[in-house]
Amino acid sequence: MTLLDVRGLTVRTDDGRTLVDDLSFTVDSGERLGLIGESGSGKSLTTLAVLGLLPDGMTVTGSVELAGTQIVGAPEKRLTAVRGRDAAVVFQEPLTALDPLMRVGRQIAEPLARRTGLRGRNLRTAVTEALLRVRLPEPERIARAFPHEISGGQRQRVALAMALACEPSLLIADEPTTALDVSVQAEMLELLDTLVREREMAVLFVSHDLAVVAAVTDRALVMKDGRAVEEGPVLDVVGAPRAAYTKALVAGARKLESALDLRSAR
Amino acid sequence: MTYTDVLRKPAEARRRRSATLLAGCTLTALIALLAVVSLVWLPYDADDTSGGRLAGPGDGHLLGTDKLGRDLFTQLMTGSRIAVEAGLGSVTIAALIGVTLGVLAAFAQGWLDDTLAAFLDILIAFPTLLLAMLVVAARSATLGSAVLAIGLAQSAVVARLVRILVKRVLAQDYVTAARTSGTSWPRTVVGHVLPNIWPTLVVNLALQFGLAVLAEAGLSYLGLGAPPPNASWGRMLQEAQATFTTAPAGALAPGILLVVLVVGVNLVADGLRDTLDPATRRRRS
Repeated sequence: MTLLDVRGLTVRTDDGRTLVDDLSFTVDSGERLGLIGESGSGKSLTTLAVLGLLPDGMTVTGSVELAGTQIVGAPEKRLTAVRGRDAAVVFQEPLTALDPLMRVGRQIAEPLARRTGLRGRNLRTAVTEALLRVRLPEPERIARAFPHEISGGQRQRVALAMALACEPSLLIADEPTTALDVSVQAEMLELLDTLVREREMAVLFVSHDLAVVAAVTDRALVMKDGRAVEEGPVLDVVGAPRAAYTKALVAGARKLESALDLRSAR
Repeated sequence: MTYTDVLRKPAEARRRRSATLLAGCTLTALIALLAVVSLVWLPYDADDTSGGRLAGPGDGHLLGTDKLGRDLFTQLMTGSRIAVEAGLGSVTIAALIGVTLGVLAAFAQGWLDDTLAAFLDILIAFPTLLLAMLVVAARSATLGSAVLAIGLAQSAVVARLVRILVKRVLAQDYVTAARTSGTSWPRTVVGHVLPNIWPTLVVNLALQFGLAVLAEAGLSYLGLGAPPPNASWGRMLQEAQATFTTAPAGALAPGILLVVLVVGVNLVADGLRDTLDPATRRRRS
């Protein structure tokens, strides 16, 4: 079943620049699609457009159908109902994605309470469980902490717990590991992979990092300057790229890898 | 007990006191004490002129009397009450109107946004004194009129500040994050926007309190404030002006109290900034 159906999505600024150009793709329920591209290729705008959250001064045309709801041109009320329930987002920068003045526990409690209707002690238990599920140690302490009091990796886990608290059918991960250092990155990817598999959630994974996308997705869509360059099973795209741009990306990643191999061999 | 209550407690324990805040609170509390006591007890009646004209300190009058033979200290106490009332009243009006208008203006887009911004700028440029005279002409010269005029004038300043602050918070990722999880606009404003503008706002409101006290004294000086026999510091200054060389206490005393209160609330504002500002709080913890 098609969960997300994007057709001819075009995003233009008021001064006439085209940021996303006639983009079409689908995500089936339970499927994991990687959106690859360098910064400025329109990946993040695409994810925002999926939830009808584009900043002011941008016009969207085309069609975005999320779980049967047309997002483009939908009234705010309908969008609020869809957000969280059908799709939730984990953002790139976990520090700015968490409210600095609100305790971590309460930030998770909010979407959780909205979905489950839990209150008081039950809600607190549910928050603790949500934090445990993303493998955070001492969940009680972390629930009471402010975002600046925990580490970057912990923050990103909290952001993930927030998104999962909504139990969305589609999890949109916008460069969720980019702001983390490499060792934490691997853990985070593994965690994301496990949690998503357990829930049979569909994932739209946005990244500029080929290796990261290859690790967690089934299919990949390569974007350049707002346009789709290549699409296919992720291993085909990475293993045997057809488009020149994808080849360049893969070659770049290879070069870095062999350079690192050389160093470690020495 | 709600979820929030349980979580909030340790923060109170961690909050530190700042020396500025303490000094400011002491000065402000001094005036507040005079004001509160004046509600239940005054040394003399407000219209008691039995003291002899321009008597010096002593002889039953702590600070002496004015040119009509009224006790100066009694007038000072009443003046404190009026100053505190003027400050609180104006700031309340300014906060209610200013925050509402500011939040609405922050959400406005396109031409409406420009219009509102221009409207606020014009309101701010409009002289408080002229506004006060209009209000007094429309109503009558009472403390209420003065407070209303000052509050209205300040609400424009507060609204402009709130508009900018809210716009800045709305551009933050955590607002987008809240929106993506399905939080409605009203809930986002109450849950995320207002708490995040609160530290800056409360410091500004404290500063506005000091300005309101000064403005009220100015209006009273011109006869646009509280009518006699209620003494206001501003009117005391005006009445003592002619006799300043022979009986300086009548002008010095209200002047000093005015300075104490205004410096006090400004120090409170400074101290609050230190304790409430998330940036400094982050560094401390």
